[in-house]
Order: sequence, then structure tokens, then C-alpha cells
Amino acid sequence: MYQYDQYDQAMVDARVAEFRDQTARRLSGQLTEAQFRPIRLMNGLYLQLHAYMLRVAVPYGTLNSRQMRMLAHIARTYDRGYGHFTTRQNIQYNWIKLAEAPDILADLATVGMHAIQTSGNCIRNISSDQYAGVSADEIADPRPLAELLRQWSSFHPEFTYLPRKFKICVIASAQDRAAMRLHDIGIELVERDGASGARIFVGGGMGRTPMIAPEIRDFVPFAEVVSYLEACLRVYNRYGRRDNKFKARIKILVHEMGADTYRAHVEEEFAHMKTLGLDPPLAELERIAAHFAPPPYETGLSDAIDRSDKDFALWLDTQVKPHKQPGYAIVNISLKPIGGIPGDASAEQIDLMADLAETYSFDELRVTHAQNIVLAHVRKADLHALWKALEAADLATPNLDLISDIIACPGLDYCSLANARSIPIAQRIAQRFADIGRQKALGELKLKISGCINACGHHHAGHIGILGVDRKGVENYQLLLGGSGAEDVALGQITGPGFDEDGIVDAVEKATDVYLANRTDGERFVDTFRRIGMAPFKEALYA
Amino acid sequence: MKILTGNDLATGDVIWWTGEGWSIHVNDAVDVGDKGEAIAQAESAARRVNEAYVIEATIDANGVRPAHIKDRIRALGPTVRPDLSLKPADPTAGNWVI
Amino acid sequence: MLEFFSLREGGEAAELPAVTLEAFAGQSNATAVRIEPGEDARALLPHLDRIALVEVNFPAFGDGRGYSAARILREAGYKGELRAVGDVLVDQLRHMVRSGFDSFAPDQPLDPQLVDAALNRFSGVYQKAADAAALIWARRHG
Repeated sequence: MYQYDQYDQAMVDARVAEFRDQTARRLSGQLTEAQFRPIRLMNGLYLQLHAYMLRVAVPYGTLNSRQMRMLAHIARTYDRGYGHFTTRQNIQYNWIKLAEAPDILADLATVGMHAIQTSGNCIRNISSDQYAGVSADEIADPRPLAELLRQWSSFHPEFTYLPRKFKICVIASAQDRAAMRLHDIGIELVERDGASGARIFVGGGMGRTPMIAPEIRDFVPFAEVVSYLEACLRVYNRYGRRDNKFKARIKILVHEMGADTYRAHVEEEFAHMKTLGLDPPLAELERIAAHFAPPPYETGLSDAIDRSDKDFALWLDTQVKPHKQPGYAIVNISLKPIGGIPGDASAEQIDLMADLAETYSFDELRVTHAQNIVLAHVRKADLHALWKALEAADLATPNLDLISDIIACPGLDYCSLANARSIPIAQRIAQRFADIGRQKALGELKLKISGCINACGHHHAGHIGILGVDRKGVENYQLLLGGSGAEDVALGQITGPGFDEDGIVDAVEKATDVYLANRTDGERFVDTFRRIGMAPFKEALYA
Repeated sequence: MKILTGNDLATGDVIWWTGEGWSIHVNDAVDVGDKGEAIAQAESAARRVNEAYVIEATIDANGVRPAHIKDRIRALGPTVRPDLSLKPADPTAGNWVI
Repeated sequence: MLEFFSLREGGEAAELPAVTLEAFAGQSNATAVRIEPGEDARALLPHLDRIALVEVNFPAFGDGRGYSAARILREAGYKGELRAVGDVLVDQLRHMVRSGFDSFAPDQPLDPQLVDAALNRFSGVYQKAADAAALIWARRHG
């Protein structure tokens, strides 16, 4: 994975010094809150329900054990012993003191980490596929380009005060494991006539008005991706709405002017910008790519696995995925124990995962947008020992992509934007479906819960989605069906009137009953919904 | 009644106006009547509070109860981590929140 | 405290009455013009050789359209004074300089020590813009 050189290190160090100075000016009153707020947001610091919340960047979801141990250190030293992995592959801490934030950033900088632009109206953490570099279906590792773009977007002078936040995702396979089409800019690495480059989608997003990003350009050669994105961002910075916060994302601009008009504006700007020397030489992308060379895999390893331990076999079947290197496997670590808080991990668990990555996975971990962790390079021979270690730490729940593998935002328990609590709903649903046999019988069922319309829980993209609302001061929950963030991207449909906190759990169960009664061979929940439509579900829910 | 709440600037702690200063305990909150905005401005300028705002609340034998569930969660702590709340030893503390 | 400062060589900045973009179009002798956030800087491109000063207004520092306006003018070869006016805080200065601004008329005076610190804190830059700052990818590849 990428290692900072002296230039990268100097940038994060300077940023720490800058924020330390800015924080001191806020605490002494030289800066008002209105002046300080965008600054602290661009350093990942929110004022949240209970305290300040710090969002630390995990660029494209990849980190090593040393960095993971630093995350545990921060949880222990500055917070209350745990962290929360997010739907953008970052980590959040909920009990931060402003006065200590500069020290936290300084600690992070010692291991090449930061909280730069994890909030604010600027370009945010660039996300990617959690199986990057190890999945047979990718044309190349998407992360070198993601790293190139991370640097390009950091402290960009023109795009630091955009109309609204800006989220970019880079993948390299037809299968979309990162919800790429639901980003402001989604990039798919492609090959055309023997040349490598990027297919660009612009204008996706969730929130109040969810939209799937249309393709704006089918091919940009790598040598011109930066100037092309500069053109995309410049058109947005100039023409994006600034009159209404809820209509300020680029998806609204693309929708209102039309994709063809947006494309034409971008092409005009691109024709100009590609003459300005903005694009780094290909040697820079190659320099970065060299950091992502495959690890020194052993060869001649056996693919045999002893499945005689039934619990181990269960875990194997859900959590372990094929690796493109013989003898190796991809391991998914569940942060969704039944009744637990989705995406949360204690400092002890974070330290353990760091140790396991070092021992079993060439010192590399990934955070997924489904709030789980991946160890990408595990020898099949080591799977049993790894599993035992995970099991002892409550990290071996065999529920990947099953109904209890819930994506949930922090909700009203933590977030000042929320209208309803999401975590207790996730816990109750998981408990209702606790039996693993029942879960496996239901099969792939991606359930996503958001505590408000901002959709941080990606409820629009859930096979089953739940949206928490405030109904005259009482928490209420809308049910959506049929969404997907994968390559079969679709936005969920609302079933009808909402439910209270007991009703929503029953409603989810009723929906699964309708599925079981109607499915044909091999159909997932979402497939049956697409075939039979909303009517049978509505009938069962509101009978 | 109307009470005033906000966060401590340096620590981020949820705090409540007591009439003389700020407390982390909602039961120390006093009725600010129609003076809430003025107090908020003065206290913000003096950096004794950040992002202060006035809310409705009632008072009964159990203490001060903010009208909106969001502020009751602020007053107590996350309902899903009672161990991190202001009353970790009280298993019924969460009942008051909902 | 600085109520106005310039980074232009020679120091002294143009003291010209800036007309609005709309007025500029009708005045063949105007040499200073002021752009508002929603206005198109490219409207000035045919007239750059007669403009000595462009003021770009920042009514609110969070409205970042002025950064695009500045860069567009510099990309077109504008060599005159490019002034950021309005809600200009020391924390935005570096991005403004990088976007091509070379003079500043902030609503609130700035502390010269903070200005100096802000402009000199970062030794390199990750992306090419309208300034001549040390470009990291160029340094890496000679």
C-alpha cells in the first residue's frame, strides 16, 4: 500500500500545525464559531450530540497494522475506548475534546494518517472496492488512481469552498462493490483499444433526492484524468446551486441542466484545461502503483481446507471469498455481532485486528462501505487459526450480506442531524433473525438503516431500506424495498405509511415472509421483489 | 418552561444553563423565560458555551425533562451505550429518555 | 493590522474605481472592474489587455466561486492586479494566492503575523494552479 514520501509527510505535518494554530485562535476568541466551523469540518471535526466527533480518513479504505494500532490508541487515549467504521470507509470517534484535537491529528500524522477534508464542502475521502488488488474480476487495482486523486484533491485551492460536499469513488470491475454509481463522481477503470483509462459517471448521490449517476464520458485516458476532473469540478463550482443547501449537490446540477448540457460544459472546459499542464506525468501514477504491487505470495500452497469443525465451516461459507492467487483467500471480518452496534469496534478489537493483519494478511486491512473489515491476503492454511482468534473476540459472526449484516448510521443516539434512532432498530432486527440457519435460508439480503434523510446509512440502496423520521416528536420508520448499490443499481421504493419502532421490526419480518412464499429457485430477496412488484408486499404489510 | 443548552467550547460536553453558570446535569437547568437568546449571546461571546439554543422542557418530581427526544438523549447519553451515559449505574435511566 | 495588502512586485496597488461587470461592457475607458460570485469572468477575456484591476467579491467566505473566476483570468493570460475583496479571512489566503489573487481588501483587517504564517506554512503543493508554488509531482519526477 502507499507509503508517504517526505513531501506527503510535510503536507500532513503542516496541516497539523495550521489546525493547532486555528484551534488556539478559536479557543482564545480570535475566530468566531461561524469562521471556525468550515475549518474544523475540513479537519474532520463535527460538533455532535454528545461532544465533538472526529472523522479520521482511511483513504480508499486501506490501512496497515501500524495505522490500525494508532486508531486503537486514539480510542483509548482521547475517546471512550471504541471507534465506529463508516459507510465511506473512514472511522469516527464520538467523544472528542476540541482542545485535544490538534494532538490527535499530530499522533495520526506520525503514522501517515489524517482527518483532512473528511467533512466540509470540499472533496471528501475517495472510496474504492474493498477487494481491490485481489479480485479476479478487476482489470487493475483501482487504488493507485484513488491515491493520485487523493493528493490532487487535498487542499485544492479552487475547490475548497464548493456548494456542497463532494464524494468520489473508484472501482475497476463490472461488479460494483462500492456503490460507485451513487457518488458525485464515480470512476470505473476500463480498457479501450488497448489503452487504460477511466469511464466517468457524474451526478449520483443519496440523501433527500437520490440519483444514479449518468455516464458523462465513456473514456478518459489516465494521462488526462486530472484535467478532466478539474473541468467537472469547475463547472460544478461555478454553476452548482448555492441558494438552497438541499439542492446544492452536483446531482441536482446535472439533473436540472441535463446530463447532455453538463457534458458539453465539461468538454468545453476540458478542452481548455488539458492544455494547462495540470496532469501529472504517467510516471507519477506508476510511482504510486509500485506501492500496490502484490505482496510476496507463497506459491505451491494447498487449496485444501479442513471443514470438519461445523462452526468454522459456517464462517468459511459466508465470510471467505475467492482470491485470485492460488492458496489464498479474502477474509471478511464482521463488525455486526447479533445485538451489537453495527460498525463499532473496541480499542481491544482494533488492536487484535491489527495483530491478525500483521500475522496473516501481509499487514494490510480494508474498511468496507458496509462497515466491516477485510483481510485481503490470507493463506487458506491459516484460515482456521485466524477464525479461532476472531471468534474469541466476537469478530466471527458468519453473516456477510445476510439480513443481520446491517448497515446503520449512528442515528439519533449520536447524531445531531438525526430524526430517529437507527442502532436499536438494527439490534432488534438482528435479534429477531438471530438464527443463522434462518438467515442463510433468506440468503443475500442487504438491509440498510438511516436515521434521517441525509441517508448516511444508504437506505435508498438497500434491498430493504429503513428511514427514520420524526412524526410529531415521535420516532417513526419508513420501509423501502428493492434498492441496490451494486452494478444492478436501483433506488428503493417506499412501501407506504411508516411504522413505530415495534412495527418496523414486524414489517421487515413480513416482507421476508412474502419473499419466502413467492421466490423461485435462486432468487434473492431483491430479485423476487423486482419480479412480483410492490403489491404483494403492500398487501401483507398493511393488511 | 424554557431552558438553555449548548456545548462546552473546549470539551464539547453537553451543558445546561443553571442561572449562574453551566452544568452537565440537566436537572440543574433553570427556566430562562424569554431571556434565553440574550444569555446565549453573552455566554457565547465569553466563550463559556458553544452553539447554545433554547428548548422547551417540563419539570416534575423526577427532574427537568426536555420536550424533544433529541435533547433528552443529549441529557443522558446514547441509549445504546448506557455504560457511557451520565448515569451508568442506573439501569432505568434510559426509561426517562423515550 | 492590514486593511489592504498586495503581493505584487513594487507593492503599490492600483487605486482605481472598479465598475460593475454590466457597466464595464458599456464603458470603453474603464480599466477596473468588479465581479460578483454569479458573474462570468470569461466575459472579460476579450478585454484583458485594457484591464489593470479586477476585483472579485466574496460576500461570504463560504461561496467559492471567486476562486474559479481568478484562475480563469490567470489561465487566459491576465497579468493585471487581481484583488479579493469582502469576507476574506487569513485562513483562505493561501488558496486565494494559489488561485491567482495578488491583492486583498478584507472587510476585517488581518494580523500581518497570521498572514505571514498562513502564506508560508506549506512548502509544497499537490496540484498545479495559478501560482508558481513547488509542485510535488514535478519534484518527484525531476
